[in-house]
Amino acid sequence: MSEKIHIPVEKEYLVNNVLLNESADLPVEVEKILRFVRKDKVKHPVIMVGTGSCGLISGAGETLLEINKYLLDRDIKADVIETGCTGYCSLEPVVDVHLPGKTRISFKNVSAEKLPFLLDSMLNNIVPHEYVVGQYENPSLELWKDVPLIGELPFFAMQYRNLMKNWGRISPHSIEEYIAAGGYRSYVKTIRNYTHEEVCDIVEKSGLQGRGGGGFLTGKKWKIAHTAMADQRFLLCNANESDPGGFANRSMIESDPHRLIEGLVIAAYAIGTSRAYIYIRSDYITAINRLEKAIDRAQYYGLLGYNVYGSGFNIDIIVSKGPGAFVCGEETAMISSIEGKRGMPSPKPPYPAISGLFGKPTVVNNVETLSNIPAIFENGPDWFMSLGNKTAPGTKILTLSGKLNNQGIIEVPLGTKVKDIIFGAGGGVPAKKELKAVQIGGPSGGFVTSENIDIPYDFDSLASVGIYMGSGGMLVLDEDCCIIDTVKYFMDFIQKESCGKCIPCREGTRRMLEVYENITKRPVDENGHATLERFKGVMQLESLASVIKDTSLCGLGQKAPNPVISSLKYFRNDYEEHIFDRECSAGVCKELRLFYIDVEKCTGCTACAPKCPVSAIIGTKRHPFFIVEEKCTGCGICYDVCKFNAISVK
Amino acid sequence: MDYQTSAILAKYPRGQSDCLIPILQDIQEEYGYLSETAVVEVGRHLDLPSSKIFGLATFYNQFRFEPRGRFHVSLCHGTSCNVAAAPEILRELEKILKIRPGETTRDGMFSLEILACMGACHLAPLIRVNDNYHTKLDPGSIGDIIDSYITGEE
Repeated sequence: MSEKIHIPVEKEYLVNNVLLNESADLPVEVEKILRFVRKDKVKHPVIMVGTGSCGLISGAGETLLEINKYLLDRDIKADVIETGCTGYCSLEPVVDVHLPGKTRISFKNVSAEKLPFLLDSMLNNIVPHEYVVGQYENPSLELWKDVPLIGELPFFAMQYRNLMKNWGRISPHSIEEYIAAGGYRSYVKTIRNYTHEEVCDIVEKSGLQGRGGGGFLTGKKWKIAHTAMADQRFLLCNANESDPGGFANRSMIESDPHRLIEGLVIAAYAIGTSRAYIYIRSDYITAINRLEKAIDRAQYYGLLGYNVYGSGFNIDIIVSKGPGAFVCGEETAMISSIEGKRGMPSPKPPYPAISGLFGKPTVVNNVETLSNIPAIFENGPDWFMSLGNKTAPGTKILTLSGKLNNQGIIEVPLGTKVKDIIFGAGGGVPAKKELKAVQIGGPSGGFVTSENIDIPYDFDSLASVGIYMGSGGMLVLDEDCCIIDTVKYFMDFIQKESCGKCIPCREGTRRMLEVYENITKRPVDENGHATLERFKGVMQLESLASVIKDTSLCGLGQKAPNPVISSLKYFRNDYEEHIFDRECSAGVCKELRLFYIDVEKCTGCTACAPKCPVSAIIGTKRHPFFIVEEKCTGCGICYDVCKFNAISVK
Repeated sequence: MDYQTSAILAKYPRGQSDCLIPILQDIQEEYGYLSETAVVEVGRHLDLPSSKIFGLATFYNQFRFEPRGRFHVSLCHGTSCNVAAAPEILRELEKILKIRPGETTRDGMFSLEILACMGACHLAPLIRVNDNYHTKLDPGSIGDIIDSYITGEE
């Protein structure tokens, strides 16, 4: 993929006129040039393709190749730019077209086949309305007729985009566009004017809480590390996002890597370190490439390295690739992993802020926490306080997935009601199905039901119903989803990811998984040992959960029983149905299902009968066979061997 | 010691234990897996017993101890994919390829791996075969996808 980003200004120009200019408003003539740099205004057509991971998986790579081919074949002069993700993943691949004098217009689901038609129409000033998402508002440009404004679409209307401001708008490959959009100015201003203590104070005053889920005041954490006596300190950025269903951090790095770098270097300055690590999962290949490239560009602009802009501040960023362990998202485990050991947590205290990486004071901050920093310095701590609610200022990035019309990533002020998120931005449950539950916070979180869906989304409100916010995943389950199966899935995940250091987590989560396997498995009869085990297991579930919660060493173990506790509280009926009636009304738990043979389709080939472990299938050759319901264990072997799809689930 | 391993080790002359994970990652990148000889070499370079290195490598999901197949199949098993029939896709893959996750077929054609989340929940369930994505799958279509790679190879 060739890059054809045209940079109208030189590095020296941006450094001298933008970065080193500390006044709040830039001179008009500079602002005029910057408008072209960040593509608010264009001189010839600009075509932008969203190439976040979600876009690439949806086929943005092919679309991009097709655009280049199209332009080359017809000899059209236009810029092709890769942007990040807009957040509206279900519309990928998204292609934006910006023609001179007109506003920028966004199109959805543009596969390589659809592209020639789209560009043929757009370059002739005809809008193909069937693909339109909307147009970006821009007071100095002419609006397209009959095209909705992006900001007024339900998906975007309720969002407050601070962290996601640049997503899908500027190229993550271009530091110039980031600077033109106001980036790195607060960093340069901070290191040249503020002391370390002042920076900590400002962040503390803003009330910014750690977005990894803990909710500890970031400014306070920095202060502890800054005041600890040591010859060296470290800053770690936690990008080891491994929650299934959580990919906000990855998209943040893919769509706006410079915002993270800017936040990181301000934090490094605040605690007085010259070494910052970004611990990122090794399978985030696109994100790692963009991050490394962004670090290179920042180095070229003199924003990293020795004595940045004569401030006496030195900073070096190291990208450390995490070899894939969920537990390494825990700060002490992450430190062990960077030190080259197994990623196992260690007891606290001492907290990493006192003794962390290589025994030195270490601050561990989440990607989202750090990405919040530049805007706090740009707009002031009071502005940040005014977002969100009183106990939890600021915004939060959420990933919406599951049975929703609009899936993707959104940013809302903390304190927004879960209901508004699901039915506003999420667009509700598709196919007129009933909402059953909203799973918040992934494997450490819990369930919100249709009764308490009015709850505000912030640390305290969620904690009051036993939910840990986690990394911001939001999974919507409809009536066709089984709660028991979902909890079983989480227990399976946690049990695999438990590092094995302490017994409650290592053994307890496995026992819990066994309980769930037992209640979703069909015994031959109800009199055997298995039945007793099953009832015994369920009776112990609650007390086992509280033991694991109380006695585990790290957050992973302590929060592992959350889905269990939460589901026991709100979905007792589902448990009873599985345990007593041996049924799964959602039809998900495969082994609880009864199979039957379709008389029309069965050819009497006898493939299934000998395979049945309990001889529940009877019949004569070349005539339809039958399954004896009382004998059937629901193992599903016959279902798998049938070549005529004659066996189905009751 | 072969040429590539020594070239990788030469990049880490200090030989401290915090280089261990990056070295193993580089070796895996080069060969697709960690062979026994490579682990012994790394141990000699860093002055660490091989048992310790195996202990570390088996802890992390990234490291493999069997060569990858010519077609490496990764199945996304995030929450969204789980709700959208990923377990059935896995069963189907295991049935067709006759291997379990982490293993490679005897003819070296296919290897199978489960990923926690690929972050494309709107396309669930999905698999990746080398660099190609197959999205919004239903369990019945797996056979055709695998067949298309076998015939493509022939």
